[in-house]
Amino acid sequence: MTVGKEWTEQSIQRIIDGLEHKPGAMLPILHAIQNEIGYIPEKAVAQIAESLLQTRAEVHGVISFYHHFRTTPPGKHTIEICRAEACQAMGCRSLEAHAKQSLGIDYHQTTANRQFSLEPVYCLGNCATGPSIRIDDDIHGRVSLDRFDELVASHQQDMKEVG
Amino acid sequence: MSQRIYIPCDTTALSLGADQIAEAVQQEIEQRDLDATIVRNGSRGMLWLEPLVEVDTAQGRVGYGAVSAQQVSALFDAGMLDGNQQHESCIGLVEEHPFLKKQQRLTFARSGITDPISIEDYIALDGFNGLKNAIAMQPQNIVDEVKTSGLRGRGGAAFPTGIKWQTVLDTPSEQKYIVCNADEGDSGTFADRLVMECDPFMLIEGMTISGLAVHATQGYIYLRSEYPVAHKLLNEAIERAYKAGYLGEDILGSGKRFDLEVRLGAGAYICGEETSLLDSLEGKRGLVRAKPPLPAIVGLFGQPTVVNNVLSFAAVPYILDKGGQSYADYGMGRSRGTLPLQLAGNVKQGGLVELAFGISLRELMEDFGGGTLTGKPLKAVQVGGPLGAYLPASQWDTPVDYEEFAAVGAVLGHGGVVMFDETVDMGEQARFSMEFCKVESCGKCTPCRIGSTRGVEVIDRIRSGENANANWVLLEDLCETMIDGSLCAMGGMTPFPVQSVMKYFPEELSAAR
Repeated sequence: MTVGKEWTEQSIQRIIDGLEHKPGAMLPILHAIQNEIGYIPEKAVAQIAESLLQTRAEVHGVISFYHHFRTTPPGKHTIEICRAEACQAMGCRSLEAHAKQSLGIDYHQTTANRQFSLEPVYCLGNCATGPSIRIDDDIHGRVSLDRFDELVASHQQDMKEVG
Repeated sequence: MSQRIYIPCDTTALSLGADQIAEAVQQEIEQRDLDATIVRNGSRGMLWLEPLVEVDTAQGRVGYGAVSAQQVSALFDAGMLDGNQQHESCIGLVEEHPFLKKQQRLTFARSGITDPISIEDYIALDGFNGLKNAIAMQPQNIVDEVKTSGLRGRGGAAFPTGIKWQTVLDTPSEQKYIVCNADEGDSGTFADRLVMECDPFMLIEGMTISGLAVHATQGYIYLRSEYPVAHKLLNEAIERAYKAGYLGEDILGSGKRFDLEVRLGAGAYICGEETSLLDSLEGKRGLVRAKPPLPAIVGLFGQPTVVNNVLSFAAVPYILDKGGQSYADYGMGRSRGTLPLQLAGNVKQGGLVELAFGISLRELMEDFGGGTLTGKPLKAVQVGGPLGAYLPASQWDTPVDYEEFAAVGAVLGHGGVVMFDETVDMGEQARFSMEFCKVESCGKCTPCRIGSTRGVEVIDRIRSGENANANWVLLEDLCETMIDGSLCAMGGMTPFPVQSVMKYFPEELSAAR
């Protein structure tokens, strides 16, 4: 996942032009835009609609249907906590309470310093070694409360290095 | 030849530090100036032992379980490369481990042994034999072989795969499609993920055979976006398969064509329902379609389409290689072949267990799983994902078989077994079932969309003691309405876990009654 990169109408159009020939191009286009700039900007909706000969309502309908797509910029890192049953059996409910408290945000929110966004996820397929979380594209298993704090700290550190 | 050290690259191994171990091992090799090479293999499915590092020795592959990067240097000191079995992490010869030894692996025969994206490794262990046979056969004969095998859809619905393929073969059309449902959303399941991460060519081969069987030239793998590792490995495997002539316009010089592409989902559980998946592939909201028409007749883009689960396609190369009868020789009753079961949740030895149908749930959880990880008594087990019933101790002797499970009001589904110890609050679990449906319902039909919202509210009232008796009756009624009135299994099965809690753990849902 890339975060909040600069974009222009031209750069979005290039993404659309590269994919619109595919049958059922909508999801590939939305994924490509979100991968590139971290979310799907309002302006892109009209561009996608025009290119795919659909209404803006239809494009908006697709974006809002899927949990993965977002229409606001995420923090530098997105933390997803698995809320599904196998992780529940290993204590994910206390992990999510701890995460919300230590980050000071609820699900679907971003910390004030724009470091972390917190999202729920229903199963990362790492069910034998829960509780599991995903930070950007890395999945972590057997995440105790201490381990969670360590992971958050290590991701805060690389922010400092970047400055 | 340089000695090989195997470090798995599947999600679970990575989630427990496999990449850091690989770095540390590489450093030791260089510092000690050893003639050794790291191979990133798939997982053996003994997930509680991940990362499981293996080394080639004269006796066979010796394993070291649950290794951490900090331990690596000490492991070298302790003679890991000589297969020193005295070290506390050593599990001995991997293939002799009882967890593996007691399994009947047909689909997962290669998993963990090979480098997942090495075509040479794949071919060395029977890979593409099924495809080579299929190329020389008439489509009808391929379908007949699958019928003989008795294979039933491993996604959960258990519909006979051969009959589905026959319908697509018999429906005339210029363009037909093969769609793989890799939207493995059920909690407690990861067998599809392991196939895609540990043996992706098997899925490619199975789908290609399906294409040859029904005259389809285009395949799509609809993969959930929660699986970034599988996404990367599948794409790499597909690219290599194209280069080596196993995919494309002239498969192995036969003049037959099959193209394959991975499409990513976007975090919607409902898209694991086949018609919702097709809408999503077409670029729409993933709304469930009414059936009929069946996707086999009017499927993707309105064309005849085979939609099968990863495990169904993954079973096909074996069937075309060894023959349908050889697959059907495993199993019981109408459940033929093997089922890859997944032990998850609060389990000491979690992982993948592939067995012929027929083992009891208790044997599975005790003999393979070794009980709970916390060591506390096991209280309930949810089989078949979030829409499966919670089973109490009285039902643990049920054999793993589609019909036997149905007879006790349970579902086998995709074979996920999620174990809970005595600390679980079953009232909370019942509430979660409704809450999950509320979040994930596609919204097309009323019983599912509204029923799940009302379900959460009614359960909250019961739990807080507000008119508990009257609300209990209301919840019973609501469950029946959802079961009878929903368009698909999402709303139709969400009540199963709720009803099982009402039946077997009533005091935990309502202390106030």
